[in-house]
Amino acid sequence: MSAHAESHDEPIVLPPTSLSSIVLTRIVPPVLFGLFVLLLWEVVVRVNQIPFYILPGPLLVGETLIKDWGSLYPSLLVTVSITLSALIAATVAGVALSVLFAQSKWIENCLFPYAVILQVTPIVAIAPLIIIWVKDIRAALLICAWIVAFFPIVSNTTLGLNSTDHNLLSLMQLYGASRRQVFWNVRLPSALPYFLGGLRISGGLALIGAVVAEFVAGTGGVSSGLAFRILESSYTLQIPRMFAALLLITGTGILIFLVLTFVSHMILRRWHESAIRREG
Amino acid sequence: MTLGDNARRSASVLRPVSGSQPALLTLKGVSKAYSTGVVALKNVDLTIHQGEFISLLGPSGCGKSTVLRLIAGLGELTQGSIAWQDGRNPLAQKTDIGFVFQEPTLMPWATVFKNVYLPLKLRGLSKSEARDRVNQAIEQVGLAGFGDSYPRELSGGMKMRVSIARALVAQPKILLMDEPFAALDEITRFRLNDDLLRLWAEQQWTVVFVTHSVYESVYLSNRIVVMSARPGRVHADMVVDAPYPRNEEYRTSVVYNDYCRTASTYLEQAMTS
Repeated sequence: MSAHAESHDEPIVLPPTSLSSIVLTRIVPPVLFGLFVLLLWEVVVRVNQIPFYILPGPLLVGETLIKDWGSLYPSLLVTVSITLSALIAATVAGVALSVLFAQSKWIENCLFPYAVILQVTPIVAIAPLIIIWVKDIRAALLICAWIVAFFPIVSNTTLGLNSTDHNLLSLMQLYGASRRQVFWNVRLPSALPYFLGGLRISGGLALIGAVVAEFVAGTGGVSSGLAFRILESSYTLQIPRMFAALLLITGTGILIFLVLTFVSHMILRRWHESAIRREG
Repeated sequence: MTLGDNARRSASVLRPVSGSQPALLTLKGVSKAYSTGVVALKNVDLTIHQGEFISLLGPSGCGKSTVLRLIAGLGELTQGSIAWQDGRNPLAQKTDIGFVFQEPTLMPWATVFKNVYLPLKLRGLSKSEARDRVNQAIEQVGLAGFGDSYPRELSGGMKMRVSIARALVAQPKILLMDEPFAALDEITRFRLNDDLLRLWAEQQWTVVFVTHSVYESVYLSNRIVVMSARPGRVHADMVVDAPYPRNEEYRTSVVYNDYCRTASTYLEQAMTS
């Protein structure tokens, strides 16, 4: 007998996605559009002679970015390091808490409402408190960013751990698997796509949390990352420098998103529906 | 355990074809009620003999899947007992049981090899120790060369083959199959029926096969237990005394037709009673 002989049993071979077609459809159009908008912006600024302290043209922003790189770069490092530390801490704590939830419904019922409370309380409202309580400013910023980034990972991973195929669980029971074996072999891998989805959301939120906390700290006169540079520039009407700092924040956010999307794709590409191109 | 112990309360009792074989397990007065109050099974008596290919045939809701799950030790009996020939309870000998679900129930994140390796992995065998057995099982179901494929890359029939290979690799004494081919098209189903019969002859398994197809049950099994619903109970127990190997010739024979008619009659009675 041979599976090859079955007309309905041919393996599905997915045609490889060519790099050039991705570049043509996914990269070229948005880049062209972006360049067009920048050009329009520059033209509008120049034709209307808008003063740079109201709206600087993109060329001036670029120039400022290079000129002020010496002071912007250390701020960028501060923001990035707080964001990444918060994301890592949120991942560790989030996964640990989800695993705890998965051990018993009772623990989940007990603690989940508090995770929700942490999530719905606006970070701007509690950041001042945290900054007062925690002496070390970096630690305070880290806590703020962590609070914001933490929930999507807990919520998604918990959902994932509870979404295991029931028949697979029956099968594990039939084969006499221990709780530990069930967890490592079936429940954890089932939760992986959910966790990665949560991680992607948390990546962006960690940056937002860090920036918001920096603003709050900055209004109190404590100097820190890029958000402080924006605040400082607005006080002194250095609008091009404000745009340059904003550009760096947005760039960081995009980079985090791209890296996490890529990681998620590499992990799921062989088996999960989300990472496989639909035919037809 | 003798046949005399196996009192059947069925409308039509025929001598089991493999009566000469020793009993493997006996269900005695088995009832199952769910917490919702639904009585899935009432007073089911059934003796399964070694080497038998039994089909449990019945309308949906007759508790045929519940019988399988109880034999596998997945779920508690409300009443009655399941006695194994060697006195062990089903939970203590789970490695002797193979289970194939209606869905392939594979781990989508694992390759065909790793899916088939799972039962041996849970038993503590290392990958290198298990490699030969896993590859042999994959070969036996006709999937040689697909060890590194992921389930997503396979068709429905091939996934079911992987599921069978996974049951096979643990070398079970008894294979429980819960409508395994119901979701497949007819061409693939016929092919898998033939392969299953070949494996059954090779491995000397006992198979309990749940189906709602009269034709499939008559083609595959040497004994058909017809069940009726609400509450689930044994309605008839018939022998299909046709020689193996069976093939297309059997499928188009008068004998096959007669058995189908008999089984259909029982099924109709079961549904109207």
